[in-house]
Amino acid sequence: MNELFNFTEVFDNLDKILSGFWATIRLASVTAVLALIIGTVLVSFRVSPTPVLRGVGTVVVNVLRNTPLTLVALLCVSGLSDVLKVTFSDTPSVNGYWWAVTALSVYTGAFVSEALRSGVNTVPLGQAEAARSIGLTFGQSLRMIILPQAFRAVIGPLGSVLIAMIKNTTIVAAVAYGVDAVSEMKIMFFDLGASLPIFIGFAIGYLILTLPAGFFFGWLAKRMAVAR
Amino acid sequence: MTDSAGGPDLTKGGGGPQDDTPGGGPLVVVENVNKHFGDLHVLRDINLTVQRGEVVVVIGPSGSGKSTLCRSINRLEPIDSGKILIDGRELPKEGKELARLRSDVGMVFQSFNLFAHKTILENVTLGPVKVRKQDKQASEKHAMELLERVGIANQAHKYPAQLSGGQQQRVAIARSLAMKPKVMLFDEPTSALDPEMINEVLDVMTSLAREGMTMIVVTHEMGFARKAAQKVVFMADGQIVESNTPEEFFTNPQTERAQDFLSKILTH
Ligand SMILES: Nc1ncnc2c1ncn2[C@@H]1O[C@H](COP(=O)(O)OP(=O)(O)OP(=O)(O)O)[C@@H](O)[C@H]1O
Ligand SMILES: [Mg+2]
Repeated sequence: MNELFNFTEVFDNLDKILSGFWATIRLASVTAVLALIIGTVLVSFRVSPTPVLRGVGTVVVNVLRNTPLTLVALLCVSGLSDVLKVTFSDTPSVNGYWWAVTALSVYTGAFVSEALRSGVNTVPLGQAEAARSIGLTFGQSLRMIILPQAFRAVIGPLGSVLIAMIKNTTIVAAVAYGVDAVSEMKIMFFDLGASLPIFIGFAIGYLILTLPAGFFFGWLAKRMAVAR
Repeated sequence: MTDSAGGPDLTKGGGGPQDDTPGGGPLVVVENVNKHFGDLHVLRDINLTVQRGEVVVVIGPSGSGKSTLCRSINRLEPIDSGKILIDGRELPKEGKELARLRSDVGMVFQSFNLFAHKTILENVTLGPVKVRKQDKQASEKHAMELLERVGIANQAHKYPAQLSGGQQQRVAIARSLAMKPKVMLFDEPTSALDPEMINEVLDVMTSLAREGMTMIVVTHEMGFARKAAQKVVFMADGQIVESNTPEEFFTNPQTERAQDFLSKILTH
């Protein structure tokens, strides 16, 4: 019984746990930036006046959203990287890292795009017309009028998407990269035997990452809200 | 607050796009324009000519196509057939060129449509800076003059939601004027306003008219039509049924449709 709540193991291995989480953070932060960019590009396609772009955006978003992340990651690693030899680097770990980032940011980008699209719908159509009537092009009015307000309207939902993304790093790491907190935990279980305290330690580690992220997005959403 | 005496001259400001206009000839020509929404024939063979400095009031029952006509003139709505010329030139189909020429036609909407995430000042300077590529400081100076002119200068750093409807609509007018348009379209600019705010907007429009701005105004405000307009155009079922001076139109309407319509709005 004592064994179950003996956390000395956690503290003895704190450096390994922290380095695992550091890998997770590196994976998640690069992915967050790319996912936001990809999501913005995809939503621009989806609201564009050009039917072809709209079609492409719709298909890409729906395929990505409805495919399990494991499959997306496997397609990247086994299909593109191993079979077709599309590689980022000759160093396997670097190549794995970037394919993990690619799979997760493309996948998350689809969700970002959907969140942003519901944000676009909160911007009154009249503002887009006013923007056009003072001579802004479609791209300018998207960039200066519509997207800034759309972003502010969906900071809360975007936060949820990014928190889900942080947890999803475990999947792409398992498939493509092999370096992150959960991978570290598996290695420790292998070396030391499975232990509840270590498991709890890692679970708390994820909470330490995601909970403040949630609070931060909640705070930001309030702060950035556009008064109508 | 809306006193307009002594403001800077808005319509003949130097350096505006009107400096390179060919001059002469009517400013807006609408020629045999037809437009459908699905099966609905919204504009039927519309012909309308607006001279430089002329103020035309468009009046007519709900659904008669007044908004659609306005929106067609600056191509927010494409037309099916016919021609619309602004200062002798047809607006191009789409793209950058259209965007640039469209800014020669100012538009003021019933619902103000200010950019909610930008301050009043930013609302007014956005077009000059991003479309006309004017210097930011010069644009701000001009914007402040315009805001002064419509009586909102002391609110320049607030956001639209902090202003009353009448104030927002005056900002919207300033935002359009900042582009130094050749012609201004107003689509029921006062019908979303509480009665006590209507006059502050009409005052601004009246003084614009007096300074020689070419205007097409959809409104049921007869006082404004009488005071500021040279011509009243009566639309019904997508057609221009009658076109006359305000005095003639209101006192002596020729068609039954117009008589009927006027008797309805006069009893209110
Ligand atoms: N985007 C649209 N799609 C389909 N039908 C439309 C659209 N816009 C307008 N209509 C229809 O076209 C007709 C003319 O509309 P329009 O808005 O031009 O009338 P209006 O004279 O401005 O009326 P109101 O006084 O109510 O503003 C109406 O029957 C309207 O329902
Ligand atoms: Mg209308």
